[in-house]
Amino acid sequence: MTQSEFLNIVMPFKDKVFRLAKRLLVSTEEAEDATQEVLLKLWNNKAKIAEYKNVEAFSMTMTKNFCFDKLKSKQAQNLKIVHSNYEDKQTTLQKQVELNDSVNWVAKIIEDLPEQQKMIIQLRDIEEYDFDEIAKMLDMNNTAVRVNLSRARKTIREKLTNTHNYGIK
Amino acid sequence: MVLNNIEKLLERYENGETSIKEEQVLKNYFSSDTVAPHLEMYKPMFNYFLVNQQEQFTKDIPLNTKRKFNYKWISVAAVTVLMVGLYFGKSFNNDLGTYSESEKELAYNEVVKSLEMISGHFNKGTSTVAYLNEVEKGTSALGYLNEVNKGTSTLGYLNEIDNSTGIIFKN
Repeated sequence: MTQSEFLNIVMPFKDKVFRLAKRLLVSTEEAEDATQEVLLKLWNNKAKIAEYKNVEAFSMTMTKNFCFDKLKSKQAQNLKIVHSNYEDKQTTLQKQVELNDSVNWVAKIIEDLPEQQKMIIQLRDIEEYDFDEIAKMLDMNNTAVRVNLSRARKTIREKLTNTHNYGIK
Repeated sequence: MVLNNIEKLLERYENGETSIKEEQVLKNYFSSDTVAPHLEMYKPMFNYFLVNQQEQFTKDIPLNTKRKFNYKWISVAAVTVLMVGLYFGKSFNNDLGTYSESEKELAYNEVVKSLEMISGHFNKGTSTVAYLNEVEKGTSALGYLNEVNKGTSTLGYLNEIDNSTGIIFKN
């Protein structure tokens, strides 16, 4: 398999891999490293790619496992994942307004969700996979995915309603 | 009517029963400007999903096609060369034993003759080299000349000083 053939296979879903990694690892740099790692692993095993039924689903599972490994090793080292996406809150008024934007609230709420729900929200609402694919990627059954998705969506809605009505009710 | 539909969709959405197409309808509705006020809190959620879809992976992937050279094979080659060398080296040594006594003596005499010839020529060579010693003596005498040269150069400075003092006194 040549480089261009490989890139043709990988290009359509590399962003999805990156976004899933970022959802789990929070920091952009960490997510970039993870994506690179996952794609390189695919490249090194390129002889086997033809055997995979669904390369995209396979790489998503790989990404999930890789990120979990990363998170575990960080915990073992007693290091928190440091995300360097800190915004300088003192900069400009424009930035402050942006930070308080309710879109950021959604990011924060999703960050607080359990990992499984985080991934399901990511895969369903952002990447728009169907339930069977998600079930395969996460090694769960279809109904469990639905239940977790419903829980996650309800949590997000509740918290958003709370912040939305803050000070009114 | 539309609003009613959206509310129904939202309920099913929260139960995780909507299809991807229905979710698309919801996303479109909430990204428009005409969102009903009591559904306002859903807006950031769907907007967030849409914004996040755009995020891209920009780092490039270092795919190296060059295969790493396997250094194991160098050691294998070295060992085979060594083995071949040992095998042939031994067989040549064994051949020496097959010469007869008279042949050995002949060879010895030949070697002695040629060595004598070499030493004779060598002695002739060294006798001519003896002249070099004379030349060396000559060069040591030349060393004194160098000293004299140094002396004259210092004298040159003295002349300079004379000239300068002459100029000063004239003034």
